[in-house]
Amino acid sequence: MGTLNQPRPLLDVSRTPTVVFGHRSIIWWGQSGLMAIEGTMFAIFIATYFFLRTRETDWPPGFDLPALKWGSINLALLVLSAVPNQWLKKKSEQGELGAVRIGLIAMSLIGIVNCAIRAFEFPSLNCVWDGNAYGSVTWTLLGFHTFHLVTDTCDTLVLTVIMFFTPIEGRRFEDVSVNALYWYFIIITFIATYLVIYWAPRWL
Amino acid sequence: MTPTEQSAVASAPDIDRLANLERIWKDPSGFWGWFTHVNHRSIGKRYMVTAFAFFLAGGVLAALMRIQLSRPENHFLGPDLYNQIFTTHGSTMMFLFAVPMMFEALSVYLVPLMVGNRNICFPRLNAYSYYVYLAGGLLLYAGLFINTGPDAGWFAYVPLSGPDFTPGKRSDIWAQMITFTELSALAVAVEVIITTFKLRAPGMSLNRIPLFVWAQAIVAFMVIFAMPAVMLSSTMLLMDRTVNTHFFNPAEGGDAILYQHLFWFFGHPEVYIIFIPGTGIVSTIISTFSRRRIFGYTAILLSMVGTAFVGFGLWVHHMFATGLPQMGESFFTAASLMVVIASGTQVFCWLVTMWTGKVVLKTPMLFALAFFFVFVMGGLTGVLMASVPVDLQIHDTFFIVAHFHYVLIGGAVFPLFGALYYWMPKITGRMLSETAGKWHFWLFFIGFNMTFFPMHILGLRGMPRRVYTYSSSMHWASLNMLASAGAVFMTAAVLIFIANFFWHQKKGELAGNNPWGAATLEWATSSPPPVYNFAELPTVNGRDALWDALPNQPIVEGLDEDCRQVLVTRVMDADPDHRDEFPEATPIPFIAAIATSGFFISTIFTAKAFFPTIIVVGIVLLIWYWPRRQPSLRRKEREIWEH
Repeated sequence: MGTLNQPRPLLDVSRTPTVVFGHRSIIWWGQSGLMAIEGTMFAIFIATYFFLRTRETDWPPGFDLPALKWGSINLALLVLSAVPNQWLKKKSEQGELGAVRIGLIAMSLIGIVNCAIRAFEFPSLNCVWDGNAYGSVTWTLLGFHTFHLVTDTCDTLVLTVIMFFTPIEGRRFEDVSVNALYWYFIIITFIATYLVIYWAPRWL
Repeated sequence: MTPTEQSAVASAPDIDRLANLERIWKDPSGFWGWFTHVNHRSIGKRYMVTAFAFFLAGGVLAALMRIQLSRPENHFLGPDLYNQIFTTHGSTMMFLFAVPMMFEALSVYLVPLMVGNRNICFPRLNAYSYYVYLAGGLLLYAGLFINTGPDAGWFAYVPLSGPDFTPGKRSDIWAQMITFTELSALAVAVEVIITTFKLRAPGMSLNRIPLFVWAQAIVAFMVIFAMPAVMLSSTMLLMDRTVNTHFFNPAEGGDAILYQHLFWFFGHPEVYIIFIPGTGIVSTIISTFSRRRIFGYTAILLSMVGTAFVGFGLWVHHMFATGLPQMGESFFTAASLMVVIASGTQVFCWLVTMWTGKVVLKTPMLFALAFFFVFVMGGLTGVLMASVPVDLQIHDTFFIVAHFHYVLIGGAVFPLFGALYYWMPKITGRMLSETAGKWHFWLFFIGFNMTFFPMHILGLRGMPRRVYTYSSSMHWASLNMLASAGAVFMTAAVLIFIANFFWHQKKGELAGNNPWGAATLEWATSSPPPVYNFAELPTVNGRDALWDALPNQPIVEGLDEDCRQVLVTRVMDADPDHRDEFPEATPIPFIAAIATSGFFISTIFTAKAFFPTIIVVGIVLLIWYWPRRQPSLRRKEREIWEH
């Protein structure tokens, strides 16, 4: 590097954007990092499930099969929610405040309904967490997904309030876009969780 | 690189502008100000001091063990206290010293400087990670001081650590200490990856990133995929102990071996998480002190990536004694041997760099050379142990203790001391004493080998690890005495380093910007750097940024200087992409860390604490996230949306 006193050419960045989306944005990278960490946890936990499966001859051992109804309803709702979610994501990237507000309200309601149905899912697992290792792993896996579901629902609610009651800037639209990305993570991890909890005992 | 928009010509930065930059980027001083810092160098220094303090604490515990083992049938420590001490020693060195020092401290301080930016990505998360780490460390030592120190070994195997065999809270404290430290490492991992890939100076394309930064980015990926395993296994252990789950209880369909799989799926990558930063340090020091570019940049980089990948396929070689199928064992033997190829490539590249350069034997270089000797020796005993029959013979003996101290002290502590001598002038602005540095080096090197070499022989003669004493009829006394004497040398060496540190703060020679004539960007600014790191944000013209710089290397212009605006660049070629704004100083990360600690610690005692404490965490995070009105309005006015 030359000395500070030497005149040097300038690389002018004053006209670069301040609001970007997708992989250009820092917050997108942060969210992806979180999803990589949490996704690894899901993967390892599911591996744990199948490891414990190998220790038993019957599966589920000593309990009835988990009932399909509430889990399947929740799955259907989650998969269908991808449609409004994608719409919200697109509108946020176009900066359309009105549409984003509607989308956020819709996604908040969907999240609340998912959480409510989840409350019925736990009893329909037909096992208890302190009964045996099968019960422990089943409850904890669903609990782990619930933790994420509730967190993202709360995030969506908070964002909704923010988009109505605070000064709006481009960053908030980035936040909405990234929050919609996280909702996909909730959907995808539930597809895996659902298959493991409800169908692995039937197929294995 | 050629600037795309080369406009006017810069003049000297005027005093007013620098004063303004100082005002904008400075975190508050004073006692209360301390809790609000978000500057990466401030947090990086805290990580260094805290991790070094834990290193000293772990060292004191090691010294106590060496006193106990120095002669047969000694009663200096009782068996129960000895168990707590060796467990706390191992846990400290792995979770509170090695990873926080080699990964968090060094990358938080150095990576933003080396990529030419003004702060690390997510500065508040960074501050939060530090407080969480500190809380985890204090929890472990609080446990030890009230006779509730964990006592089931640093990997806390079940069933020993489970509810049946370790009632009380000892294992719970260990398990939650893991959650604290891994949360902190995971947060830093995300920051380091983004800082490396998105906050580089224009021109620093992927193939020009300094090898040290690459090393830390690779480690960050390893952290992301390895640490979740131990967070899960320790949480499952905690649940088995507190809410009666049965993950590891064979009587109810659980499995103790599952714990070992989960632990070592983290534990083996952990070793590489500790020494890959060391290899990054060695590549840096060897290039600087051989006065030439590193030989085989691409080969070294690919070796590091290869080591990281293979590191995830080795964990079962810690479990050869558990009676796994032979076919599986053979696979893991082969995988273990494969690591030698990647490590060997790096060693040969360093040798060629030195062979064809002009070697300058300053203290950092001595530590780098010692790394070769010690680490290669530890690696060779590692190759021996990859063989199942040998492993079965020496499993759980002092041979293992010798091996992993050669690998870990060789792979981490020697490079770390090299790094401290190398970068201290940048951190404090003054040089450490070379004379004291050489005393430090030789005492440490001799003491290390005196302590740990005899342990190989003790192990081969059948001395098991983790015994608090032994009978004189075993004929282990003289080698143990030799090992304990070596510990005295190591203690003296570390004391010399500490004295050197305090001496240099007052009396050390002023360092200037670049005392070693090194090539990376941290040396392009003053020592210590100003709060904004670089008055003029640099651009880069080659792999060795300062050696390749043009006489009139362009500088970045056009960032708003009335807020903490930074330049974000593209992943591949680091072309300017957009501008983002980093947050101001705030106490919220500290408050969030207190709330998180309340959540983690209270759930050790009762599961009922889960909901109330997590709601508190949620509320604090909400305050953290809530947008501030004035900055929002200011940003809104100047917004430029992407095309």
